[in-house]
Amino acid sequence: MRIFDPHVHMTSRTTDDYEAMYAAGVRAIVEPAFWLGQPRTSVGSFVDYFDALLGWERFRAAQFGIRHHATIALNPKEANDPRCTEVLDVIPRYLAKDGVVAVGEVGYDAMTPAEDEAFSRQLALALDAELPVLVHTPHRDKQAGTRRTLDVVRESGLPAGRVLVDHLNETTVAAVRDAGAWAGFSIYPDTKMDETRMVAILREYGTERMIVNSAADWGRSDPLKTWRTGMTMLEQGFTEDDVDRVLWRNPVEFYGQSGNLVLDPVPGFVAEAPPAPATFEGSSVLRGVRA
Amino acid sequence: MTPTTSSDPAAPTAATGGPAAPAPPRAPAAPAAGGVAGAAGPVPAAPAPTAAARAAAPPLTAVVAAARAPHAGWLADALAEVRRDPRAADGAFPLAGRRVGRAPLRPATDPAGVVHGTVDDAARAALVLALGAAHRGDADRLAAHLADLYRAGDTAERRGVLRGLDALAVASGGDLPAPVVAVGRDLAADALRANDTSLVAAAVGPFAAAHLDQHTWRHAVVKLVFQGTGLDAVAALDDRADAELARMARDLAAERRAAGRAVPDDLSRLTTPAPAGAAAGPTRTVDTEEP
Repeated sequence: MRIFDPHVHMTSRTTDDYEAMYAAGVRAIVEPAFWLGQPRTSVGSFVDYFDALLGWERFRAAQFGIRHHATIALNPKEANDPRCTEVLDVIPRYLAKDGVVAVGEVGYDAMTPAEDEAFSRQLALALDAELPVLVHTPHRDKQAGTRRTLDVVRESGLPAGRVLVDHLNETTVAAVRDAGAWAGFSIYPDTKMDETRMVAILREYGTERMIVNSAADWGRSDPLKTWRTGMTMLEQGFTEDDVDRVLWRNPVEFYGQSGNLVLDPVPGFVAEAPPAPATFEGSSVLRGVRA
Repeated sequence: MTPTTSSDPAAPTAATGGPAAPAPPRAPAAPAAGGVAGAAGPVPAAPAPTAAARAAAPPLTAVVAAARAPHAGWLADALAEVRRDPRAADGAFPLAGRRVGRAPLRPATDPAGVVHGTVDDAARAALVLALGAAHRGDADRLAAHLADLYRAGDTAERRGVLRGLDALAVASGGDLPAPVVAVGRDLAADALRANDTSLVAAAVGPFAAAHLDQHTWRHAVVKLVFQGTGLDAVAALDDRADAELARMARDLAAERRAAGRAVPDDLSRLTTPAPAGAAAGPTRTVDTEEP
């Protein structure tokens, strides 16, 4: 099973996770820029975070044979803090960089005017940069938030096929599919969506424009949920080709619209033997073996 | 300090840990005489007639009652010091937990002190009341000082500022000066974006009841349900609950049912107007607002 996890926050995860992901078949990932448990208070904090996503984290993933990509954006929650919103002026610079495969996560948290402004401005940035968009749907008032999201996307002029609306569930999937956008599902240990419910949704709606991710992060989550979903699909009668479509070809087709995916194997990578020179700006993920 | 909750008939005291009597939807609105006469600093006199436009004075909570009760020992000294020199609060704020303890105010129903606050919450709220006295007549300086204490504070200190705003709101009888209201709204909004349940719960007290706009307030209430924090944290819930909040609660219940997940009992308090005193034994499901 080859797996592309299209939404996973690896900065919050350990090297054990990278090893387990590789062993399960994960070969490429997308790490969306998002909020941390602790709110940021300045633009500089975002700049360092973006640089870490495109620098250290990409290097770290490669040490474990995994191709790392990122999406860049001001997230909706922090769009509400005026000390952070000026980051919108530096985002275009990042959208042009290697490995940036979408604008995201954008969308709504509490559906405030500040979120409206950040969302529509960043949809315009995506239009200019000719990038796809990863849209987060809110935890609270999800149905209303998803409807409003689809309205704003429609008004932006972006083709629906360039938009992935994420964190969907039984009550929001139909509207997103009807709009022609890609439908994303975050498989969590016990909240947003689980693998059994996911397979039921795939049975009802089919595998076209369907995207499954682990969205693993600093909360209770599991970076192997993509693999577990694939296994559940097989157990319940889906074919290997169906699994490959959902867990590899679909995310590759969506993020491939950026022209910025790198999917060939990491040169020189041998499982359990990180390639030399294994340092990034003087730092290594190895411990105890360097002079 | 020896915080007492004796002025609040619903509150078992920290010392005795009273029986888990069902809490009423909100505490009585009349401030207790003991609090007014206490050492927590001058409490502004009865609200000006212009404030009569507000439907009801902000409701008293366990933290506010404890903050306004007589104090002794370290806290009494600190309060006197703050009244002489407001900047003394900067040193007292981080020390409060070490000096007065961190016990919950209502251990029988709220062992973690998230819903009804803690002894150090009350101590910091008392310090904020003393600050109100020290900056008397200069609302801009009081507002700036509160913002500074919050921004420089850790989670407990931030909670202290929020609970202090509650104490100021109650003491002013709903007639807080505009600069304090403006800063309080900003700080509450910041706390409501946090993931720490105690911060969110501290941002839905009497200040929020009196001063948050309806949209922000509704999202705060739904966020509590989402996080599994009891709605007893919300001051004046039944006064402010409206049809839109009921609609959001119904949507969330539908989402949980569609997912085959438990529907939190607290949702029924929002979908139907709550009969007074109808606090059910809670069924809570916990989601963090993960990416």
